[in-house]
Amino acid sequence: MITTFNELKKNLKKDLKSFPTIKVALLGDTATQFLAVAIRGAGIERGYNIELFEADYNQVERQFLDPTSELYSFDADYVIIFQSTHKLLSTYNEKSVENQSLVANERLEFLKVICNSIKSKLVYFNYPEIEDSVFGSYANKVKSSFTYQIRKLNYELMNMAQQYPNLFICDISALQNKFGREMMFDSSVYVSTEMVFSIEAIPHVAYRTMDIICAAKGKFNKCLILDLDNTVWGGVIGDDGLENIQIGHGFGIGKAFSEFQYWVKKLKNRGIIITVCSKNNEETAKEPFSKHPEMVLHLEDIAIFIANWDNKADNIRNIQSILNIGFDSMVFLDDNPFERNMVRQNVSGVTIPELPEDPGDYLEYLYGLNLFETASFSDNDTNRTNQYQVEAQRVALQKNFTNEDDFLKSLNMVSEIKPFDKFTIPRVSQLSQRSNQFNLRTIRYSEAEIETISKDNNYQNFTFTLSDKYGENGLICVIILEKINTETVVIDTWLMSCRVLKRGVEKFTLNTIVNYAKEYGFKQIVGEYIPTAKNSIVENHYQQLGFSVIESENQNLYALDVDNYVIKECYVTTKMNTEG
Amino acid sequence: MDKNEILTQVQDIFRDILDEESLVLTHETMANDVDLWDSLTHIQLVVEIEKHFKTNFTSKEIISWKDVGEMIDCLKDKM
Repeated sequence: MITTFNELKKNLKKDLKSFPTIKVALLGDTATQFLAVAIRGAGIERGYNIELFEADYNQVERQFLDPTSELYSFDADYVIIFQSTHKLLSTYNEKSVENQSLVANERLEFLKVICNSIKSKLVYFNYPEIEDSVFGSYANKVKSSFTYQIRKLNYELMNMAQQYPNLFICDISALQNKFGREMMFDSSVYVSTEMVFSIEAIPHVAYRTMDIICAAKGKFNKCLILDLDNTVWGGVIGDDGLENIQIGHGFGIGKAFSEFQYWVKKLKNRGIIITVCSKNNEETAKEPFSKHPEMVLHLEDIAIFIANWDNKADNIRNIQSILNIGFDSMVFLDDNPFERNMVRQNVSGVTIPELPEDPGDYLEYLYGLNLFETASFSDNDTNRTNQYQVEAQRVALQKNFTNEDDFLKSLNMVSEIKPFDKFTIPRVSQLSQRSNQFNLRTIRYSEAEIETISKDNNYQNFTFTLSDKYGENGLICVIILEKINTETVVIDTWLMSCRVLKRGVEKFTLNTIVNYAKEYGFKQIVGEYIPTAKNSIVENHYQQLGFSVIESENQNLYALDVDNYVIKECYVTTKMNTEG
Repeated sequence: MDKNEILTQVQDIFRDILDEESLVLTHETMANDVDLWDSLTHIQLVVEIEKHFKTNFTSKEIISWKDVGEMIDCLKDKM
């Protein structure tokens, strides 16, 4: 999500006529040309035309203290002041030892004068530390050490910002904590240009600055939309069950999810609206919130809870219409790249971070994005959730904004169909053991049993993989057919990964089964649904695919007439497998 | 990699950074010959070249080059 300096620079060539203008002055005591370019570029990315006044080099004092200066006649909405640690260190170095302990105070006094002399909002860069190692760690005990002075300065800046409502501290020190001094500072850039930020660091600094300006303009993120499985907890609640999802303290990945939840809870307490958008049965999805002892988030923390099998773009549109806030104030977190891309493609404006693959990395990654900058904070902010919960009950859900067919076509889905073989058998048995939701009969087979079936002529079996333009989903569907006589095959096993629901894979699978049946002269395909606590999503599976109920004592038997079957339209193509 | 191959790659970097698709570099090209190549863009080019060739120049080297050829010589010495 962080663009490079060069990309920010190229933004300046865009047509900005329709963009609202913000007048910004930038004053620095080191070279600021690149920062100026990056701030304008970052402004354009956020939809603003930044009209920038860049003061001549090292004129911070003169511009403020001279009432006839260009700064005052420019009349900025925002004034950015960037006094560098480098220059402060030079000032410190030139002082007598007894005066070195006054460096922080002198700087603070100067800033007070500024705050009292200008009406514009001030964005003041705090000081990333330079450890001069003159005292080592002992510097902590010495008031005149540079380390002591810098830390005091940063601390007192926070206090000052509380006194002066127009003073906003841009936390460059936090940025350096996150990315390290090695990344922030490049000596050869400094030597040849007098810039104290590396080219890699400049976009980050520009973004942090624009975060503050945008927040002050009222443009900031207000809502967090969360996926559940493998985002809020480890594992898949529908398949793994309440006892087996990973969350909680102790060894292992569970604590990463707990800590993530604490982060979300803090955001909620700060006034961010927390919502859920999950592909699950609602009841299943809510179970951990009400029953799992290690859950940090509870149902009362969630303003809107959407769990169904519809596409997430539509669900997010629903959330947006209930909250009545802009898409550009929403952040969507989902571990699944497919869902992220699907939403990105269909709902523009929503911020969708590319979560790292390892959940252990989620938090540090998110910390680096500074997604929830704000320009105010009050106690009222904390009570928003309840108000939206009520609203959510009032607004009926609207559906199907997205053209499903066009979307599915655009995915370029390809499936490889193979019988069980030594490569697929372990995965088939694993799916047979684990799949609970999309599993028609939930018959569990061990690896040895699968191997036996694969060699038995009374059975025919298929595995399906699925890839789409976003990548590989792997082996996602297993079919075992039992030939009970020359006329009839029975679907012994039909299970599918829930990741690929609503993509027409069921239709594609049935086409494959029917083609096989036709080729070998079978007249009828029989399917059975055995209800379990977890597989209600496939309750109507066979009816929906055109099977008719077989009148019998077992009400869950269905039959399909092979000869009258019309091949169903779907947007999956077959990748031919040469071994047959 | 010979000097002409390096030149081609350096040219691509120049084109990207200066946003000038048709820019042609020779070993003799100097900063004065290219409109957008000023002292600030220079450092941007250097950092990009360092990243691309996974190497680092010293501050002294950066200010010593007269033309593109000298920079490429310096780069080649580091390979």
